[in-house]
Amino acid sequence: MVQLRLPLNSRLQKGKTYISSSKGQNMKTFHIYRYDPDSEENPRLDSYELNLDECGAMVLDALIKIKNEVDTTLTFRRSCREGICGSCAMNIDGTNTLACIKPIAECKGDIKITPLPHLYVIKDLVPDLSFAYAQYASIQPWLQSDETPPPNKERLQSKEEREKIDGLWECILCFCCTTSCPSYWWNGDKYLGPATLLQSYRWIADSRDEAAGERLDNLEDPFKLYRCHTIMNCTNTCPKGLNPAKAIGSIKTKMIERIG
Amino acid sequence: MISSLKDKRPLSPHLQIYKIQITSLLSILHRITGIVLFGGSILWTFWLLALATGPDHYKTMQDFMLHPVGLIILLGWSFSFFYHLCNGIRHLMWDCGLGYDLTTVRRTGWLVVFSSFFLTLLTCVLGYLCKEIWS
Repeated sequence: MVQLRLPLNSRLQKGKTYISSSKGQNMKTFHIYRYDPDSEENPRLDSYELNLDECGAMVLDALIKIKNEVDTTLTFRRSCREGICGSCAMNIDGTNTLACIKPIAECKGDIKITPLPHLYVIKDLVPDLSFAYAQYASIQPWLQSDETPPPNKERLQSKEEREKIDGLWECILCFCCTTSCPSYWWNGDKYLGPATLLQSYRWIADSRDEAAGERLDNLEDPFKLYRCHTIMNCTNTCPKGLNPAKAIGSIKTKMIERIG
Repeated sequence: MISSLKDKRPLSPHLQIYKIQITSLLSILHRITGIVLFGGSILWTFWLLALATGPDHYKTMQDFMLHPVGLIILLGWSFSFFYHLCNGIRHLMWDCGLGYDLTTVRRTGWLVVFSSFFLTLLTCVLGYLCKEIWS
């Protein structure tokens, strides 16, 4: 259901302010969502002032600098620092993206950083994604085929067949799109969300997979697929430039095609 | 243990922080105009009812609709009608698998906004001209 306000225990409080000791021409303030599960307190927004002349170009560089030099308790996920692992997905300046490939220079004024929207927060910028992962597992994201694979050889595809999964296989499952979708915010318990649906289409469109029929059967449900109202926030926010809305549209088309 | 921890966990901010963009704005506007159209159909029924009841009641209804408040309602209703119509066509296009790339989405979005304003204005002008000619 639509909730306009956050539950009482989730409303933000004013946090601490850390003033930078080093001063320069290029100062920037980062307002960062903090939540400590060991305290009984509500989440708060802490402000950190940084001298950008002493900091890397990306938002993740700033977070690492804060953790190393200002406040070691700041918690966030990160790994590859080049936009391929999807760990550092978070809401930066009002839209979801990967901190490691988001240049600080793209944000005007102060930068506000919060966890991926409408998820339960484990600590600071680390949300609980276990439900989203369970939804992903529910689409059985692996190749399903009764055909015995040729010995010592890959299952071959023509160039045209291979092209059909371009724009789909590149998804890194960071869930930026899923958590940008208002429909997923209100019906995330039943609606699968753009990332999982794009992944589902990745297998439906794969010429080597033979379970397309069962996959479509599995999505034929008022909520799993059809809660997509083509809002397009998903495509607008995807840090990899993919188009989940189009993939979902293609699934809807397949549904109609098979009815004939 | 896990479930009790989950109950304690705060929900991360969503509507409160998410930047409003043309994609989500036009989508919520589609729903709002749909609700306005529902209200408009009730008004329409009242109008017909007044017409069927007799000239006195119809005159009361007409007086209300030509009052500035009534005119503002008519204006909002006309805009809602045209917006819902144009954006509905955009939705049909998506359902045919067309126009999903971001450039097209933005272009058709603005096209819908401008067309609905234009068609509303055109309706106002035509309505005014009809009133001038017939009265």
